[in-house]
Amino acid sequence: MTTGILVAGIDIGSTYTKAVLLGTSRGVRATAIRRSGYKPAAAASAVFDDLVANAMVAKEEVTYIATTGYGRYMVPFRHAQITELTCHAVATGHHFPAVRTILDIGGQDIKAIRIDGMGRVRAFRLNDKCAAGTGAFLEKTARYLGLETGDIGAYALRSRKPVEISSVCAVFAESEVINHLASGVVPEDIMEGAIVALGGRAVQLMKRVGLEPDFALAGGMTNNPAMVAALESRLGAPLHLPPNGLGQLNGAFGAALLGLRRVERLLADGRAIMPPSGEDEFKALRWSTYVAQSASPAISA
Amino acid sequence: MLYVAGVDVGSTQAKAVVLDDEGRMVGEAILDVEMNMGTAAQQVFEKVVANANLTPDEIAFTVATGYGRYRVTFGDLQVTEISCHARGATAEFPRTRTVLDIGGQDTKAIRIGEAGEVVDFAMNDKCAAGTGRFLGAASFALELPLSELGPLALKATAPVKITTTCTVFAESEIIGHLAKGHRPEDVLAGMHYSIATRCASLVRRVGLTPEITFTGGVSRNAAMVSLLHKVLDTPLNVSAQGHFMGAIGAALYALDHARAGTRHAAALAEEVAP
Repeated sequence: MTTGILVAGIDIGSTYTKAVLLGTSRGVRATAIRRSGYKPAAAASAVFDDLVANAMVAKEEVTYIATTGYGRYMVPFRHAQITELTCHAVATGHHFPAVRTILDIGGQDIKAIRIDGMGRVRAFRLNDKCAAGTGAFLEKTARYLGLETGDIGAYALRSRKPVEISSVCAVFAESEVINHLASGVVPEDIMEGAIVALGGRAVQLMKRVGLEPDFALAGGMTNNPAMVAALESRLGAPLHLPPNGLGQLNGAFGAALLGLRRVERLLADGRAIMPPSGEDEFKALRWSTYVAQSASPAISA
Repeated sequence: MLYVAGVDVGSTQAKAVVLDDEGRMVGEAILDVEMNMGTAAQQVFEKVVANANLTPDEIAFTVATGYGRYRVTFGDLQVTEISCHARGATAEFPRTRTVLDIGGQDTKAIRIGEAGEVVDFAMNDKCAAGTGRFLGAASFALELPLSELGPLALKATAPVKITTTCTVFAESEIIGHLAKGHRPEDVLAGMHYSIATRCASLVRRVGLTPEITFTGGVSRNAAMVSLLHKVLDTPLNVSAQGHFMGAIGAALYALDHARAGTRHAAALAEEVAP
């Protein structure tokens, strides 16, 4: 049994696949994250299973599924796919109406997005051709220092004298890291140096969309306190971070918000929400059923 | 008998040769550069001297070259790898007008004048695409040693197009292609093709003037030689010692100095010491 409408947003990124389940009140019912691996469709399906399990609902209770991210077309059980730029803009606008510039540092790309007060995309710049300036740059450095991705931030915060990483290429930075280690530089100063270098490149990209405050950060880097500090110091201004641990889930949250809007519009127009093509386990939902369900007492917690 | 040494400290490997006064190679040595370039240079020098059945005092002059040449503390002189590759290539193939050197971390195209002098060069040293590191990524993703990549790529029947430029992303692209069921040889052929086209455009930046001599560690890779031949539409000179070309060039510069009577720095130091 369901308590109204449930909409899932799934963000299939190059490194992680993230999912958010929203209820009618726009409250988050559940979230799920998995590594994307090399089969994005399988990762999306697994993360969707996790999502409904976390929400303690059945798959067919999910009314609508919106996908985003680089693997958004690879999910057969989707209703709609939305670009991640739109998703980040909508999600950020929802949390922070004053934000005009969003930075999203992903595993294999980086985006700077200028939005208006309505959460609409006005301009954007992205780099997805080169690992310099993306999360991969930090992951490579961390790998050389024997650190897990999740520990990068806490580790770098110990640095007292960050070293300068002058190579642009993430591959060449590796040799630079080795040289620094060989000449006795402590690993936290190298890690922080890589963060400062990445932060500088990110702010350069933000400048290309105008650098209008307020600023927000989205993506997995929101979990990295050293990165947030480096960006704030370079910007000379605070960064808004999505609340309640939604930073890495920002794209998925935006996809779910847009999905929910679309469902409400369709239902208000008296149109049916059909199951996604190729999947028959999702039942069509009509306005009458929605009203009937909404009127019935909520059973699930 | 007069002996000279050339030491080429690259980003990935240190190479050294010893030549006699006729310019004949009497010893060679190679070593992976791990943590410290200075140490690697010292060790490869000791190894090459031992391989030539000599002692370090018998080396009249040593020239260091390569990315790590300034970390070499024992040499007499440092010469850029551009000059050394040009010198080594023209010594073996006198009609060389273009040198393509594909190393572990950079690729260079060098134009050479009638007298064997360097006229122009272009380098890919900001980005690892189109360098040996691109093959390093393939070696890592496929869990195969570098020496097996070329022979395997030659067996490709349906080469896969590699779309990413970045070496870091190429590594994930390879694994993605393998996960989709492409055969390793077809993916590898795509990687080789990607490097060949990038190097060809570097060569065109200095002007493609035959003859072309292909040097550096990657010149040992038969698939790369045949693809470059195809992409540049010109045959390439490849030396059996292509990998040592920088070190040979350095040693030839050392020979000039030794013949001109330039004294060994260490010997000079001994003389001034009380």
